[in-house]
Amino acid sequence: MKVVLPSPLASYTANRREVQADGATLALLLADLDSRYPGLRFRVVDEQDAIRPHIRIFVNRSLAPTLDTPLATGDEVLVVAALSGG
Amino acid sequence: MQRLHVLVGTRKGLFVLLADRKRAKWSIEGPHFLGQAVNHAVLDPRDGRTIVAAVKAGHLGHTVYRSPDRGATWEESSSPPAFEKADHGESVSHVFWLTPGPASEKDRWYAGTSPAGLFASDDAGRTWQGIDGFNKHPDRRKWIGPPGDAPPDGNTLHSLNVDPFDANHLYIGLSAGGVFETRDRGATWTPLNRGVAAEFLPDPDATYGHDPHCLRVHPKVRDVVYHQNHCGIYRLERRANRWTRIGDNMPREVGDIGFPLVLHPRDAKTAWVFPMDGGTVWPRMPVGGKPAAYVTRDAGESWQRQDRGLPPAHGWFTVKRQAMACDSLDPLGLYFGTTGGEVWSSFDEGETWQCLCLHLPEIYSIEAAAA
Repeated sequence: MKVVLPSPLASYTANRREVQADGATLALLLADLDSRYPGLRFRVVDEQDAIRPHIRIFVNRSLAPTLDTPLATGDEVLVVAALSGG
Repeated sequence: MQRLHVLVGTRKGLFVLLADRKRAKWSIEGPHFLGQAVNHAVLDPRDGRTIVAAVKAGHLGHTVYRSPDRGATWEESSSPPAFEKADHGESVSHVFWLTPGPASEKDRWYAGTSPAGLFASDDAGRTWQGIDGFNKHPDRRKWIGPPGDAPPDGNTLHSLNVDPFDANHLYIGLSAGGVFETRDRGATWTPLNRGVAAEFLPDPDATYGHDPHCLRVHPKVRDVVYHQNHCGIYRLERRANRWTRIGDNMPREVGDIGFPLVLHPRDAKTAWVFPMDGGTVWPRMPVGGKPAAYVTRDAGESWQRQDRGLPPAHGWFTVKRQAMACDSLDPLGLYFGTTGGEVWSSFDEGETWQCLCLHLPEIYSIEAAAA
C-alpha cells in the first residue's frame, strides 16, 4: 500500500516521500518499512511502541492512535510530522 | 599535523571549530545535523578519529550518530539507547552525556540519558545496551524521583566518569538524585553525597536526592574528584567519603553556584568554574551581568576571578554544565559556550579571554581535543 512520509524521514528513504509497504496492522507495516529503510521505525515509534509525541499517522485520513490499527489492501497511510517547538 | 577540534553541540546542530596547535587561526565546519539538538559530541581520545554525537530531532526523537573520520561522514546507530519494553515502561527522551570508555577497551562508550538511564556500547557507538544494574535497580525510582518530578528537560544522568585507574569504577551524576559510584561496571551502586548540601531537602544529611551539576574525576592523579553542585562547589579525595565544600572560599558576593567545572589535566589542584547567580529566584546568569570564570590553583583553598576580555557589564547568558572545556595543550586552552551562541576562549589558562565565534544557536556542550 502507499505510504506518504514527511520530510524529516526523507533521509531514510533516499528522499522518496511516497513508498510502498505491506502489513495487516500499522505495527506490521512499520516493521516492513523498517526492513526496507533501516532505522525509520524508531524515529516514528519509541521503545514502548508508542507513536512519538510529534508524529501523527493517518489511515485513509483517519487518525490512527495505536499500532494495532488494522490495515487493508488499498489503504493509504500518511505519516505526518506534527507541529513541535521552534 | 594534528589540529585542534572544538566540538560545539547546540540546540540546532553541531559545529566544529578548527585550529592548528598555535590556536591563532580558526575555521568553522558545519552545521552537522542542521535543525537538530546536539546535546553532546565527543572526539574519541583513543583513536583521534571517531566522533560520537547525541542527536535529537524535534519530531523524530533521539538517536546517536558516529563518525569514523572526524565528521566527514556519519552513520546512525542501528540500536540507539532505549529502555526495555515493559508495562508503563519509560522512553528515552534524549541522550544527554557521552563518555568514551577506558583506554584498555577501545570500542567501549557510555551514554547517560533523560529520563536517567545508563547505557553502554561495545562497538564504538553502533549499538547500545542498557546497564541493568542501574536502569533496573530497585531504588532507582527513589533516587531520581517520580516521573515528571524533574528539572527542565527532565531528570538526567550526566557526568559519566570512568576512573582512569580502574575501568570497573564509574561515577555518575543524577539531576536530581546525587552522585553515585559503582566499582563493578554498573552492577551495584553506592550514593556518594556525604557533606553535600541540599537546601531543597528536609534532611540535611540525606543519602541521596542531591543535585550535582557537573562532576569531574582527575585524569592523571588518582582519586581526586571535584563537582559543581546546585548547592556549592566540592572536592573529594577518596581516602575520605565526605565532600569538602571548597566553594565556601569563593567571594561571598559571587557565591558558588554554577553549572560547569573544568579540571587542569596536569595539575590536580587547579580547577575552573563559571559562577551563576543562584540567589532569589535563581536567575542562572552571571552575578550582576558581569561574567567571569574563577580558578583555584590550591585545590579550592582560594579562588581568583578571571574576566579580562569578557563583557564588563550586561553579559546576560548562561553557561551550561557541558559547555566549558579545556584542550590538552601547554599553556592550557579553555573554552566556554553561552546560551546566546557565543564561543569564548582563553589560551593563557583564563588570564585573558577572546570570543571565537558569534551567532551560533544556544550552546549545549563544548569539547576540545587535538587530533
